[in-house]
Amino acid sequence: MSDKKTLFINNTEVEYTNEKTVLEVIRNNGFDVPTFCHRPDLTQFGACRMCIIEQDGKYIQASCTMPPKEGIRIETNSEKVRKIRKTILELLLANHKRECLTCNKSGNCELQKYAAEYGIDEIRFPKLEEKDYLPVDSMNPSLVRDPSKCILCGACVRACSEFQGHSVLGFVNRGSNTRVEPMNGRCLSQVDCVFCGQCQAVCPTGAISIKSSIDEVWKKINDPEKKVVVQFAPSVRVALGEEFNLEPGENTIGKIYAAARRLGFDLIFDTNFSADLTITEEANEFVERLTKGGVLPMFTSCCPAWVRYIETQHPELIKHLSSCKSPQGMLSPVMKEFLPKYYEGYTKENIVVVSVMPCTAKKYEAIREQLYGETDFVLTTQEFAKMIKAAGINFKALKEEQANSPFGQYSGAGTIFGASGGVAEAAVRTAYYYVTGEELSNIDVTPLRGVDANSRTKDTIIDIKGKQVKVRVVSTLKEAEKSLKELKAGKADFHIMEVMACPGGCINGGGQPTSCLDSTIKEKRAQGLYEEDKNLEYRKSHTNPDIKKLYAECLGGKPGSEIAHHLLHTTYMDRFTGSYKDIK
Amino acid sequence: MTTSTPPIDTGKLDEIIRQFEGKKTNLIAILQKVQEIYKYLPEDAMTYIGSRIDGISPATVFGVATFYAQFSLEPKGKYEIKVCDGTACHVRGSMPVLDAVKRKINLKNGKMTTENGMFSLETVSCLGACSLAPAMVINGKIYPKMTAAAAEIVIDTILKENV
Repeated sequence: MSDKKTLFINNTEVEYTNEKTVLEVIRNNGFDVPTFCHRPDLTQFGACRMCIIEQDGKYIQASCTMPPKEGIRIETNSEKVRKIRKTILELLLANHKRECLTCNKSGNCELQKYAAEYGIDEIRFPKLEEKDYLPVDSMNPSLVRDPSKCILCGACVRACSEFQGHSVLGFVNRGSNTRVEPMNGRCLSQVDCVFCGQCQAVCPTGAISIKSSIDEVWKKINDPEKKVVVQFAPSVRVALGEEFNLEPGENTIGKIYAAARRLGFDLIFDTNFSADLTITEEANEFVERLTKGGVLPMFTSCCPAWVRYIETQHPELIKHLSSCKSPQGMLSPVMKEFLPKYYEGYTKENIVVVSVMPCTAKKYEAIREQLYGETDFVLTTQEFAKMIKAAGINFKALKEEQANSPFGQYSGAGTIFGASGGVAEAAVRTAYYYVTGEELSNIDVTPLRGVDANSRTKDTIIDIKGKQVKVRVVSTLKEAEKSLKELKAGKADFHIMEVMACPGGCINGGGQPTSCLDSTIKEKRAQGLYEEDKNLEYRKSHTNPDIKKLYAECLGGKPGSEIAHHLLHTTYMDRFTGSYKDIK
Repeated sequence: MTTSTPPIDTGKLDEIIRQFEGKKTNLIAILQKVQEIYKYLPEDAMTYIGSRIDGISPATVFGVATFYAQFSLEPKGKYEIKVCDGTACHVRGSMPVLDAVKRKINLKNGKMTTENGMFSLETVSCLGACSLAPAMVINGKIYPKMTAAAAEIVIDTILKENV
């Protein structure tokens, strides 16, 4: 199976075993070729032709779709190859909207990077005229599509279909008229896009980018009338550092708090705290459904993309969704309601809640009819990093600080929310206590962990005093759809299902720093979360003293109380009607 | 278009999908059948097919429909005019014929069907009738060795028949 064979790269003999493509062999041996359309987590496409190599001095081949062969001689950087690549770049730039200075992705654009590396100092072709620009789609809260910057690498089309099984985006027309568009040239908001942002995460150029809220947030920070409070999602802490050349998975939460204070946020809180709050409510709801014969299986409701998917595609399954708001959705109203109690000068009206999320769909969640006005602005990890850079803060040199009380302390269960399987694991830890009154002895539910492509559906059985509770965890909506099919066929063999729309969970969210070029990044980020969980004093949501305090002082004593219901639970609506699928 | 799009008969579409075992590999054949019924591919029909067949989406169907020239996204007119623009027809002056027809039937920019739904006009690559170049076909009938003036007379005749 793993017979060692050899081939030659740039006259160096290298060994290879199971690599499927020459590109992998090249990269595994310390060489590199440029790529646009190659994304390790997606199928090979061979569209951009940047990865071409010269084989045996005769053939030009795209290395990303070429299987390795014993003994062949490969040149990754011959005169001929370089010339062709340069021409390809020039042609890509020929009908590209060359507005790098004002582009959202400037500095983070692969086209820009390779154009610089290959010394493209002159483009022989005339610049696209303004009248030829295709219309920009920014009619949704999360993403901006600028088709004139598209290089047709097809990464977004593949992400939409292979991660979400949903294919909101597709190629239309052909030849020089080819474009990537939703159905019949509609806006993303007019089709059933869930705003997960994975298309944005894999886009090598500025053709799909995050809709920025940075300017509005600056405005609020500078407004002396406003008290701007901020919360940070679990997975932001293990990814933000990457924007400042720190290792993926390095937990920088102390520095993040410090940076937020320097940016001028008035109070700093942590979404991990409200993840604990979510768990206390959600586990309570689950135990009630389990013991009192409610609708099972119960679906988690933390992921706004997943919630929208159910609402638009399977509204008949809404009753399975937990009525709990997401951690973002819980903390915002709690802060607006109770901060005035703890801090002078704060009123429900002058508090502005900003949340920093790994997620573009959270921007959509914030404007849902049911949650409107609670979270005022959502920044993605990328946007927050931009703000830190713009403010001239030396992130690496910052001294670690603490969050403010009373919504700053969190348990390990809240932290692991960021990785696929984390919500279910946290829920199990607390549900066990609710049912038995005892603490679960082994709280590391390892069968639910893992964020790589092979762990997109995970099952385990938890024995709660003789009751076998079956837990399923899925990431990506494509996998979720399979479980929904089982459910509709009456074959669903699980009591609770956690769904995160992004592959691997929030750590790999559509608003995180670019991670599509290296599939190990999400594992490192998840590791960072599990590491923090291991080292925290409290590791179960219901043991978090701040949670106990909040219930005692503000939320009517216990989970599921009337006020808790009012603030922490939400409703869903059938969005099937009026969606483009509704043809009768 | 002044003519409103007819409502889609999903029963008929289901029937066609069933005929092709609901397989995504049969998408082109399915679309051809649908086009036979409606004379074009209504958006609603594409959407319906995209949501009904496993593994594809409306956007995918739309992509296939726009990729192939055989599929039309606009309703065809009562008279389907095809002007051949293959090499032979082109060098013998098919473009002046096309322009004349366009002017005569008063076709607005970018549209392929007239507002009253009477005519639709398209160019085709080769009709295999090069000896008759430049050729024009209206509802299956060939009009050989066209000129701009001849094309106008042909259209005039049709207009007279339809008064």
